[in-house]
Amino acid sequence: MNDQPDAPTLLRAVEGFLEHQVVPKLNGPARYHARVAANVVAIVAREIETEESHWAAEWERLGGLLGEQTSPPDSRDAYRDALRARNEELAARIREGKADRGEWRRAVVAHLRETVDAKLAVSRPPRQGRS
Amino acid sequence: MAKPALSPEAIAAKLVSFIAECEGIPPGDVRVEGLQPMAGGASRELWSLNATLPQRSLELVLRRDPPGRSDESDRGLEFELLRAARAVRVPVPEVHWCCRDARVLGSPFFLMERVAGETIPRRLLRDPEYAKTRENLVSQMGAILARIHTLDWRDPALSGLAVPPEGTEPARTEVMRLAEAARTFAAEPHPVLDLAERWLLERIPATRRRTLVHGDYRVGNVIFDTEGVCAILDWELAHVGDPVEDLGWFCVRAWRFGNDDRAAGGVGDREQWLNAYGEAGGDPVDREALRFWEALGNFKVALVFIQQAHTFLSGRVPSLELASLGRRTAEAEAELLHLMEEGS
Repeated sequence: MNDQPDAPTLLRAVEGFLEHQVVPKLNGPARYHARVAANVVAIVAREIETEESHWAAEWERLGGLLGEQTSPPDSRDAYRDALRARNEELAARIREGKADRGEWRRAVVAHLRETVDAKLAVSRPPRQGRS
Repeated sequence: MAKPALSPEAIAAKLVSFIAECEGIPPGDVRVEGLQPMAGGASRELWSLNATLPQRSLELVLRRDPPGRSDESDRGLEFELLRAARAVRVPVPEVHWCCRDARVLGSPFFLMERVAGETIPRRLLRDPEYAKTRENLVSQMGAILARIHTLDWRDPALSGLAVPPEGTEPARTEVMRLAEAARTFAAEPHPVLDLAERWLLERIPATRRRTLVHGDYRVGNVIFDTEGVCAILDWELAHVGDPVEDLGWFCVRAWRFGNDDRAAGGVGDREQWLNAYGEAGGDPVDREALRFWEALGNFKVALVFIQQAHTFLSGRVPSLELASLGRRTAEAEAELLHLMEEGS
């Protein structure tokens, strides 16, 4: 186990440095890119903090939709591959027209909303609104 | 192999003889000064310069294809479009001279008026000094678009425009192209896009009248000042098609620049937008057709984000900005879900 501060805390320190020390000293494209860098570092911090719970919730919802509730693989890489495979299965069923209308469409849409909201919770800076 | 880039001095010297030849005057009567690269699109080079001719001094922009990429573009068509747009009182930079081949600068180019003003959309949508511009933006942009759609695309000068064959459904072809490209470039599955593809294919609108379509009509492609919009830019995606395509593209979420609750360019709502267009003579617009084209526009934006991430991931362009844009795909997906489910 590593010593404190943990990874998200370190990343937030980098974000703060970029935002408060670096950005104000720069102009033009460099200023813009320093802002992008601060934003990216914050994305990584949020991803580390939320990945476990987001993956678990997505895994469970996909199991419900595709009709096969199993435990996710133990290793992170295998878990990621399994999630991707389940999403590919969902996409294939959508392309077959199974989610064009009806009860299952409503369930798929509800699931996709939650999935997209989870992605946005990571990718979007919470304070300055959506952009 | 691409030839070494011309120096600004070499470009200026070549422009002097080119302008003199176009005007039928001795090169000694023409001066070209102050050639400087301008921030602009990645696909076209922009330079600002000043030209002095007998009795005339012009502030100009040189718009040039990057050398070696001229095969896929048509500066000559863009030049003619700007001329035709001006003739129907669409505010555009006045065009002066055009070179359709690589003979002078190694790639096609044209010279146009340098319109004073601002282009950064966030300033337009936020800064207090542009309050008046914002207030009139929807009605002004709607009125200009109605005029763009009156342009005679059958004019022989515009014969380079892409025209979909009669009896085809270009919207259907476009949905299938976008969906296929998203699957090709995305590193992971996007079930939202598969769902949107099905939804769009079920709702291909009937095109009532074919018009010129600007193809990139949005708040980010205008020059404005504190009074209003001064010029409509970026005509390189113009084609013949369904005018509602432009109306829908204007409402796409990415072009609201954070003002997400104001669908029309981040300043107004869809009713105001369609009213402005209609009051200026635009055809009545079916709300479902608008929703289709707006959704298709958001799909296109999702694809752009996916492609930008792909460009980074492929190792071709190690840009932090491109890398970060991959994560914005979710914003377009959220909007697609919203549009599909709205009122259903």
